[in-house]
Amino acid sequence: MLDNIWLIPAVTALSFVLILFFGKREPNKGSSIGIAALGLAFLFSSIATVQWISRPADYEPKLEHAAAAHEAGAHHAEPIRKPVTREVTWFENGQVKIKAGTTADGLAIAMCLVVSLISLLVHLFSHAYMHDDERFTHYYAALSLFTTGMFVLVTASNTLQALFGWELMGLCSFMLIGHWWDRDGNKNSNAAMKAFFTTRTGDVGLLVGVSILFFGAGQTFNMQAINDAALSGHIAHGVLLAGAIALLIAAIGKSAQFPLHTWLPDAMAGPTPVSALIHAATMVVAGIYLVARLYGVFWVAFDIGGGGLNPVALVGGVTILIAAALAFVQSDIKKVLAYSTVSQLGFMMMALGVGAWTAAVFHLFTHAFFKACLFLGAGSVSHSGSHHSFDMVEDMGGLKDKMPWTFRTFVVASLALAGVPPLAGFWSKDEILVGAGENGYKLFLVVGLIGAFMTAAYMTRCIYLTFFGEPRGAAAHHHPHESPPLIVVPLQILAVLAVLAGLVNTPWKPWFTEWTSNATGVGAGLAHHGFVPITAAFSVIVGLGGIATAYAYYWRGLRFPITTEGAGKPVYRLLVNKYFLDDLYEGVIVRGIREPIAQGAYWINQKVIDGVVNGAGVAARGLARFVYEVVDQKIVDGAVNGAGVVSEESGSLLRHIQTGRVQQYAALMLGAAGVFALALVLF
Amino acid sequence: MQFLLLAAFLFCVGVYGVLARKNAVLVLMSIELILNSVNINLVALGVYRGVEAAIIGQVFALFVIAVAAAEVGIGLAIVLLIYRNRASIDLSEVDLMKG
Repeated sequence: MLDNIWLIPAVTALSFVLILFFGKREPNKGSSIGIAALGLAFLFSSIATVQWISRPADYEPKLEHAAAAHEAGAHHAEPIRKPVTREVTWFENGQVKIKAGTTADGLAIAMCLVVSLISLLVHLFSHAYMHDDERFTHYYAALSLFTTGMFVLVTASNTLQALFGWELMGLCSFMLIGHWWDRDGNKNSNAAMKAFFTTRTGDVGLLVGVSILFFGAGQTFNMQAINDAALSGHIAHGVLLAGAIALLIAAIGKSAQFPLHTWLPDAMAGPTPVSALIHAATMVVAGIYLVARLYGVFWVAFDIGGGGLNPVALVGGVTILIAAALAFVQSDIKKVLAYSTVSQLGFMMMALGVGAWTAAVFHLFTHAFFKACLFLGAGSVSHSGSHHSFDMVEDMGGLKDKMPWTFRTFVVASLALAGVPPLAGFWSKDEILVGAGENGYKLFLVVGLIGAFMTAAYMTRCIYLTFFGEPRGAAAHHHPHESPPLIVVPLQILAVLAVLAGLVNTPWKPWFTEWTSNATGVGAGLAHHGFVPITAAFSVIVGLGGIATAYAYYWRGLRFPITTEGAGKPVYRLLVNKYFLDDLYEGVIVRGIREPIAQGAYWINQKVIDGVVNGAGVAARGLARFVYEVVDQKIVDGAVNGAGVVSEESGSLLRHIQTGRVQQYAALMLGAAGVFALALVLF
Repeated sequence: MQFLLLAAFLFCVGVYGVLARKNAVLVLMSIELILNSVNINLVALGVYRGVEAAIIGQVFALFVIAVAAAEVGIGLAIVLLIYRNRASIDLSEVDLMKG
């Protein structure tokens, strides 16, 4: 399976084609094809996982960059599992061979496993959730295509292929966010376009970065080769820095990092399973994956091993706080989760920035489970509890007893997100904090702790508004009930994983670390830190503190001296207006570009261009007269008339040989063939 | 050598037939003569140049025979239609495309 990991994207790609052509004729309108394909993909991923784990760890990486690793203060390199790379030549251009192929290593396989599992559960969930949608078949086709894009990205052995998968996902994200483009006026289609254009802004960075690294690393797209070249110092630092910044911009766009995070909350206009799959578990982590995969480039370019401040950690840290604060003022349950996702992606980015590579990947792994669970839980609430509304303040409340399983799974996933031990989020978040603390990034340790506090508090608020208190609006009038099994079972599976997923990488048994080790080529530069009790204790305390604070506020009605009406009002306004970032983008940047430039353009139009045009007009008139009288009348007309006369004359001459007699034509052909034959013999 | 002479003779007969006869069926037969003269050339020249070339030439000749069969089928169908419409197969009368 490791050799043939291309089968995983191939299965889903095939499913896309089958659904598109035969989906409508199939009894379940295409969904069974999609579910079967994802089941197969999950099976393949599981086999690959088992094979990878049982692969002997006996490969000594080439220590060409040992010096670099040593410089980073690394301990001795340990033998690892050898990545399985398989490539064929895609096309050649002179000496340069462009390869296409797959790489199976710990990172790729972990991603395949997560993506196929979440996608499978989302496919199942959607069957119930979308059951009477008018574009059901196309929805499944797009889901399959999206999953293909993600698989292509994570199994790619080179940046060009990764770019292909990346763009494929962007397209599918656009299609799925705008799945209900004909509802609610232009809201959904605008959200889709916003998502597309905002990520596109970042995608330009990817294209630029890939090109820079292609030339920088000696005309190769191979990611392992690029990492090796970066680590061994074969790429000039300026080039590397430019490439890394371009790639970071791409990651900021795709992974919704500050300041390009604004598209993700709007993307919630799409169907909820789509949000769970694309905007929580898979596509938005593509940026994180990219940084993790080309970690050598970032490691050297930003000197991550050296401590201090670097752009990756800074972007992540800022995003954590900004997005977490926004989650407090949302009344739409999906937007709370969206900002929470942005914030957690910030955690991953920050982890990469502080050199905690494994922690970032592990957080990606655990976050996928509990955040998908939360999103699907929100979908379940809206499907059966609040009559398709997502408004927690207007249409929810008191659903605890009406939807017991949705409630339980939602709480479990929230606790995992809040980092309560021993649930999944605790282990991964703790590792990030330890990494930040031990690698000399104390500032980011503090940022992470504040973020953890806020996460716990806003999730508690979200649970209160949705499941406790008096039923309001639709939840009071539309007879909420538990969702059908096809919706509840995926929730239960994900909730179990939200509990257990963290146990694969505890400080005592760091299996996950071992399985994914050295997937980057950074080698031994990544020190693994054990359990640091003080950090863990702090992390638990702030998590529980966040929950307690929100509990006191909502359940006990305890009000703080700062309220949204009093001293806190400016902050509240700032948050409700999303820091005015949308206004900045639309009002200042878009209009700023539009208006002064438009005015300048108008002035130029009136004075310069009109003058030029008028002058040109006068000159043109004089010229035109000359042209008309001399050139046109005499030369051109003469030529045209001449041509007409010539063709008429020659036509009337030649029509005599057009007798309509087959045999005469044959004679002419024979004669011509004879002439040519003679010419061939003579010359 | 005698094969090539035979082929040349057949070719000339064929060309004469195509150009001079008025009967459409005879013209078709003459075309067959031309094609067969070419087949003789292919086989003969192949044999002169060794075993491998001989096989190629013969295969090519077989190919020509197959295509010629198709060509005659279409040709006779056309002749039949002309006869139905005009009650004549005199080619000199078929000059609707006259310029």
